[in-house]
Amino acid sequence: MQATERLDLTFAALADPTRRAILARLATGEASVQELAEPFEMSQPAISKHLKVLERAGLISVDIDAQRRPRRLEVKRLEEAVVWIERYREIFEQNYQRLDALLEDLQAKPAKRKKKKD
Amino acid sequence: MPTEVTQPSDREVRVVRTFKAPRQLVWDAHTKPELVSKWMLGPPGWTMPVCEMDVRAGGAYRWRWRSEEGGKEFGFFGKFIEVNEPSKIVHEENFDPGDMGGPMSSEPAIITTLYEEANGITTLTLTMLFASKEIRDAAVSTGMTDGMEIGYARLDEMFKQAA
Repeated sequence: MQATERLDLTFAALADPTRRAILARLATGEASVQELAEPFEMSQPAISKHLKVLERAGLISVDIDAQRRPRRLEVKRLEEAVVWIERYREIFEQNYQRLDALLEDLQAKPAKRKKKKD
Repeated sequence: MPTEVTQPSDREVRVVRTFKAPRQLVWDAHTKPELVSKWMLGPPGWTMPVCEMDVRAGGAYRWRWRSEEGGKEFGFFGKFIEVNEPSKIVHEENFDPGDMGGPMSSEPAIITTLYEEANGITTLTLTMLFASKEIRDAAVSTGMTDGMEIGYARLDEMFKQAA
């Protein structure tokens, strides 16, 4: 799979609030389907559907050897997904923080000039 | 307010940011080359040796950045399509990869920048419209699905907990 295709899958998976909540839960430790279904007040099939999307996106993995088949968060994939837009945002933010300083400077200068005249 | 980046459609990227300054001043900082070159520098280590702007409909601009470390350069150039001081600018943006590698953009992106002021706070909304989803994805370096917003704070929180 191409890196961009993989990211498309990852972002599609992250676009849903329930799936993000599931990831947040898994960030605290692995959990079985039953354990995940409880707090979300959803049926196990409904949760399983979400888990499948997350699994296909590589965001979670299943320990098939353990009897309760716990799901666990794949932190690396999540980081990969967040990193690019965060980096993009950071470039703008770095620019805009410089602009903040410049705007402050520009607003302070006329005031100073006025003071000198007085 | 920190910078927000969203994708309103599969050909667009939108950036929203507020500034504690009157609109005219934010406008000036975006349209006077001597001011633009002071802040529009990108990541640390980059400078903006070329910043030419003829801000009027049909007027041209040319921006070029240089990495002080590697000496590599890239830039953007194009024309202003609509200039409505101090509230709206529409310009086309062609990517010149310089010696960074990668293709020269075949079709320009259309950038619409809106400046709105309320109670002394100016909100800047910058929308980039790309010729296709593929070009947008290349421009932002990789793909993303439509109209999605991630709660960054929440994801950051997740990383902390998972670490």
